[in-house]
Amino acid sequence: MSAISKRFPGVVALDRVDLDVAAGEIVGLVGENGAGKSTLMKILAGIHRADSGDITVDGAPAVLHGPADAGRLGVAIIHQELELIDTLDAAANVFLGREPHRGGPLRLLDRRRMELDTERQLARIEARISPRTIVRRLSAAQQQFVAIARALSMNARLLVLDEPTASLGSREAERLHALLRDLQAGGTAIVYISHRLREIEALADRAVVLRDGRNAGLLRRGEITRDRLVQLMVGRAVAQGAERAPTVASAATARLQLDRIRTARYPGAEVSLTIHGGEVLGVAGLIGAGRSELAEAICGVGSRQAGRILLDGEPVAIHSARDAIRAGLCLVPEDRRGRGVIGAMSVRENLTLPALGAYSRLGLVKRSAEARAAREIATTLTVKASSIEAAAATLSGGNQQKVVLGKWLALKPRAIVFDEPTQGVDVGAKAEMHRLIRRLADDGAAVIMISSDMDEIIAESDRVAVMHEGRIAGILDRPACTAESIMQLAVA
Amino acid sequence: MTRQEIGILLLLLVLCTIVAVASPQFLSVVNLQNVGRLVGTYGIFSIGVGIVIITGGIDLSVGSVCALLGVLLSMMLVEWRWPPAAALAAVVALGGCLGAVHGVLITRLRLQPFIVTLCGLLLYRGAARYIANDSTKGFGTGEGFEWVRALASGSVGGVPMPFVVMVVVAVMAWVLLHRSVFGRHLFAVGHNAEAARYSGVGTQTVVAWAYVLSGLLTALSAVIIAFYTNSISPASHGNFYELYAIAAAVVGGCSLRGGEGSVLGIVIGAALLQVLRNLVNLLDIPGSLDFAVMGAVILIGAVADQLFGRRMRRGGA
Repeated sequence: MSAISKRFPGVVALDRVDLDVAAGEIVGLVGENGAGKSTLMKILAGIHRADSGDITVDGAPAVLHGPADAGRLGVAIIHQELELIDTLDAAANVFLGREPHRGGPLRLLDRRRMELDTERQLARIEARISPRTIVRRLSAAQQQFVAIARALSMNARLLVLDEPTASLGSREAERLHALLRDLQAGGTAIVYISHRLREIEALADRAVVLRDGRNAGLLRRGEITRDRLVQLMVGRAVAQGAERAPTVASAATARLQLDRIRTARYPGAEVSLTIHGGEVLGVAGLIGAGRSELAEAICGVGSRQAGRILLDGEPVAIHSARDAIRAGLCLVPEDRRGRGVIGAMSVRENLTLPALGAYSRLGLVKRSAEARAAREIATTLTVKASSIEAAAATLSGGNQQKVVLGKWLALKPRAIVFDEPTQGVDVGAKAEMHRLIRRLADDGAAVIMISSDMDEIIAESDRVAVMHEGRIAGILDRPACTAESIMQLAVA
Repeated sequence: MTRQEIGILLLLLVLCTIVAVASPQFLSVVNLQNVGRLVGTYGIFSIGVGIVIITGGIDLSVGSVCALLGVLLSMMLVEWRWPPAAALAAVVALGGCLGAVHGVLITRLRLQPFIVTLCGLLLYRGAARYIANDSTKGFGTGEGFEWVRALASGSVGGVPMPFVVMVVVAVMAWVLLHRSVFGRHLFAVGHNAEAARYSGVGTQTVVAWAYVLSGLLTALSAVIIAFYTNSISPASHGNFYELYAIAAAVVGGCSLRGGEGSVLGIVIGAALLQVLRNLVNLLDIPGSLDFAVMGAVILIGAVADQLFGRRMRRGGA
């Protein structure tokens, strides 16, 4: 792949990225969240099309119109989010879309061949799974094996694995790595994407580092070390955000305290944090570190296994989003379109939804009071919309995000959690969002800001908590808080 | 009025004109009163089902609830000699309770609305037949409860009582859906239940109440229908009524995906269906084609909306 560029509305995802893999070679592909790894692989898989750049296979230019073309060229990809149909059995998943049949007009499934072949592929990775097991009943690691068996059964010449060990234990990971070395010896080209830099160190012949959609560096076997990789991943001359004086963590009381919170995703890990009024606590970590789960658990929308939440020193019982909102604890969720705004409803209806009771009497909405309040919030936040009656879906990402924030503004939250507040938002709106976050803190709220954007975390937080596999791996105060120190903790 | 409401109203007016031209009888007072009576009767429970559809759910139990409550009403008044006010209150309360059971099963146990109300459809039909011993029930001469009967057969200044009742119900439902906090929450849940939950809307409560409202309005219709037919054969009374209601709601602009619809649209939709039935009657089309005509017209409407409506929306945006 050479000079691949791809832009999405508002962002350049890839800017002239090169990547090549030789037969019998394992290339490690690393980069921070959002560096462009997944986009690059989706282009290789034929899911997205590059705006410019070329893909050549064995020296011949390849045009990928869809996933089927990639399959024909011998490219098999195991995505991070496994694409398995969990109500079908293992054999059906392995052969999905290319089921062997016994010919004839009925094209009856050749179940025997499917099961035998599935069994053979699973045996190669020493996974003891019956081909007839329904995928839903398998553990996350076993499902990963089914996905790998699927890729193996395609006899792929280029195998791409995106975070294949995220759900595997260390023994299973080793088994997978041994298998990859076997395949490598057999001439398969392999692209291995992982945040576990030790694996890259151990496995890769070369490591390609992406940063902000560009090639950031290339390391050869022998040069690949964890520290070198981290440097290349974050190595930027960007300001460390020291221009703003650190907020005086006045003798202010602890606004929000999380006491031994456990989430369903990481039931074995406990999180305790204290956030003061007026403080912005950045939460950094890799995707899957359990940051969103923590946010959802404390804001009442996700399941909380254990732990207490205290606001201004008082424990509050939070069993639903309503409870949290009533207590003054609000969430600006990551999934803006799915959970933040109701796209088909107007800006006004979205803005007043949580506080509608305040603009009504005897259960009837006082329309002029509601419209006045909505206009006021929209003006304060400079929401750009044709009118407050415009459907929220017609707004740009940044303006939709302002609407989500605006919902909470009227409630004067005591604590507010932002989950990736500026994801997919253009530069101007990003700066505005940062200003608004700071203003909320200045007004006395305790602010938690989850972000995968390293610059944002460093520039906008007073302290940074770094999460790794459900735990707080460390808390960094402003002087100690650099991209490198964060990444060191995140990949722990 | 929204563009969609105007569209369906125009369709109704065009249809009325066609029928009126083809058969002058359409505009006779007797015929109009008869159609009005039916529009009122069907309109009431259609509004209830429409509310459920706005949440993204469905209520298939309407016809069977009608049969069960009709049978019970007859037995309360004729066989058990209950005071009419008490019988009326009991029937409406029972309708609300059945709706509440549906709502609780759907929200607390997370059963699918289709399954829950389909089981209701089967259960209540069987219950009605069993209670009535599968024999037809009626109200005899109706002594002592004439005023209840007037709900079905009476009229106010020439306007049939069921139509008047429906207008009252529709006005109340309009305020509830389009002017109240509950209504806003109802649409929010229908559009995007997750976002509504994240905004602190008690989504389960809202959905459960929608089924209660559907049950209450079905019960009110059941009283009118029982007296309108005056004889309740438990095996067939109310058959297919749930489909009339769903058709009225969908024709009136409700989306089965939820979040869309209006009371005015549902009422016009219910009226359209009754005018179609009247058309079959007046134009000497064989009665057996009754359903076929309705199906064809609704299908044509849906296709036209998809082909031209979409273009209009795109052009307008």
